[in-house]
Amino acid sequence: MEVLSLLADGFATSLSPLNLMIVLLGVTAGLFIGAMPGLGSVNGVAIVLPLTFIVPPSSAIILLAAIYYGAMYGGAVSSVLLGIPGASTAVATTFDGRPMAQKGEAGLALIAAATASFIGGTVSVVLFTLFAVPLADLALAFGPAEEFALVLLAFTTFVGLGGDDVLKTIIMICLGLVLSTVGLDLISGQPRLIFGDLPGFYAGISFLVLAIGVYGVGEVLHTIETSKSAPQVTPAKLTFSELAAGLKAMNRLWKTMSIGSFLGFFVGMLPAAGATPASLMAYGIARSTSKEPETFGKGNIEGVAAPETANNAASTGSLLPMLTLGIPGSPTTALLLGGMVMWGLMPGPMLFIEQPDFVWGLISSLYTANFAAVAINLALIPLFVWALRMPFTVLCALVLILCIVGGFAPSQKMHDVWLIAAFGFGGYLLRKADYPLAPLVLALVLGPLMEKSFRQTLIAEQGNVFAFVERPLSATFICIALLFFILPLLKHLRKVLRKDVSAPAE
Amino acid sequence: MDGVGEFRHKGVILMLVADRVIALGIIALSAYFMWYAIALPIGWNGEAGGPGGGAFPFWLSLVMALCAVGILIRSFREQRLLDPFFDRETMRSVVAVAVALVVTIALISYVGAYVAIVLFLLWYLKIFGQHGWVLTGLLTVATPIFLFFFFEVTLKILLPKGITEPYFIPLYAAFF
Repeated sequence: MEVLSLLADGFATSLSPLNLMIVLLGVTAGLFIGAMPGLGSVNGVAIVLPLTFIVPPSSAIILLAAIYYGAMYGGAVSSVLLGIPGASTAVATTFDGRPMAQKGEAGLALIAAATASFIGGTVSVVLFTLFAVPLADLALAFGPAEEFALVLLAFTTFVGLGGDDVLKTIIMICLGLVLSTVGLDLISGQPRLIFGDLPGFYAGISFLVLAIGVYGVGEVLHTIETSKSAPQVTPAKLTFSELAAGLKAMNRLWKTMSIGSFLGFFVGMLPAAGATPASLMAYGIARSTSKEPETFGKGNIEGVAAPETANNAASTGSLLPMLTLGIPGSPTTALLLGGMVMWGLMPGPMLFIEQPDFVWGLISSLYTANFAAVAINLALIPLFVWALRMPFTVLCALVLILCIVGGFAPSQKMHDVWLIAAFGFGGYLLRKADYPLAPLVLALVLGPLMEKSFRQTLIAEQGNVFAFVERPLSATFICIALLFFILPLLKHLRKVLRKDVSAPAE
Repeated sequence: MDGVGEFRHKGVILMLVADRVIALGIIALSAYFMWYAIALPIGWNGEAGGPGGGAFPFWLSLVMALCAVGILIRSFREQRLLDPFFDRETMRSVVAVAVALVVTIALISYVGAYVAIVLFLLWYLKIFGQHGWVLTGLLTVATPIFLFFFFEVTLKILLPKGITEPYFIPLYAAFF
């Protein structure tokens, strides 16, 4: 098994004292960020990214991945203790987690969430390890035509599967792509879209500026309206007998947890889907296959286990296409991708060949992070109960300061700080009007790749547009992309037809 | 459309209004992008193959504008848009924080990051958040100190100081 030896080499990297410390730090930070209502992994990664200049690039990515991981565990904490999901990915956990807490079983619910997260994380990391090399090998055959087709496919998943308003989704994709073209033209080197002749636009718009804007400032503005007062925290005590009871209860849920893990992993790979729908789907399956579906929503431990395995598995799943193909599976992995590009680590199949130390170090760090997260999560529950009492006004003030300073640090230009404020206000209003933000961020990150691969293909083929469908792989991607694109149209058509049958008077 | 006027009196902005205003804003933004994009060729480069440098932003902006027109047209047909978008209290808080943020960023260039951040925290914690002096004081003192040691001392990233620059010279001498 070649994979095992690569993984063993990876552990040599990830278990170095610095990286081990970084994993522990990242997981702890992630747990708290995830536990804070309103802040999820994507906000955490956006806000913390500028601070990671303090460590070498490969360790910085490990740190961010650990935060991502920890935040998935942490999301359950506020779902159970406050009844408010710590992040949208933990919405399904409130359905049964909250009733359990109200019955006085908060400790048990937290144990269930942590154990389920651990199972989901472990299964998905193993799947990740198995799939990474074959997928990267497949991607080695990609030329610009395939790259373009794949990016197109990633965007059309938002249209076909995203579940948001189709017109609004398309607007956000286009907006992100247009913003990504600001700066110097990739092919001719000419400046373009230099708004107001401001010199700051020559360097283009950094994904970090957009991310800190919409996920930092925008999120704070969104949180302001949620609550101004301190939240009500349900106390949770954790004893060893409860831990034993929890593990015993979990032992009966292997079927639910396996379904959740596999479902989460594969749904997580899709850019438009990810952890939130995966966890809702896992919850739905657990309820419909249960012998006593009526107990769901009233504090059934299975209803906590199912979404928690799925959302953790999904977060690992979304890392797979990011690392092997260079196409992120979620907004958070889009930020990780942006960060890696910023540090000169271009994700994609070549990374597996050129930087095996880094790739396998990162993969093995997921194993470490998983173990660290479950242990730290259970050990720090009393601390979470205390931290969740922190009023929103304190949290928001500190996040805003970090946004300003963190936005300034990478480029050291006030231009970027102003842009962050503008994106924050704009993103807040757009989100309030039901415009999805994830495609915007993904489009800004993938925009340069999309334009470059499109124009490179056409230049190489002397302007032959059919070049995209003449190669089998890219033709397949384009076909699936078209299918996703017309999916909402078909759904609409079916609805109209059905209406005509039932209400011919209209 | 009778409901619209009724709600407007209560200081509520409706989803319907917001949806239209945002769609118009997007159309304007697209036009602005397109106007900049035509500085570069937006058509097909015959010999070189493929589209010119302005094509990508131009045509995508056009798609964006068309979708926004679609939203605008749709808003005249739908009923569900009578939900409130903003109520008065939310709007007041959000605008207050937004203004405070803009003032803080503007101040950074003149009086430096440290003064601006301290003023922002004082306003946010004491006036907006109505917290006690102990918590406010603790955070207003600790935050700049943390930022100084993290960014300036460890990362060697100098934050803007504006007119307060001379006061930092002894600190630089001590830490660099």
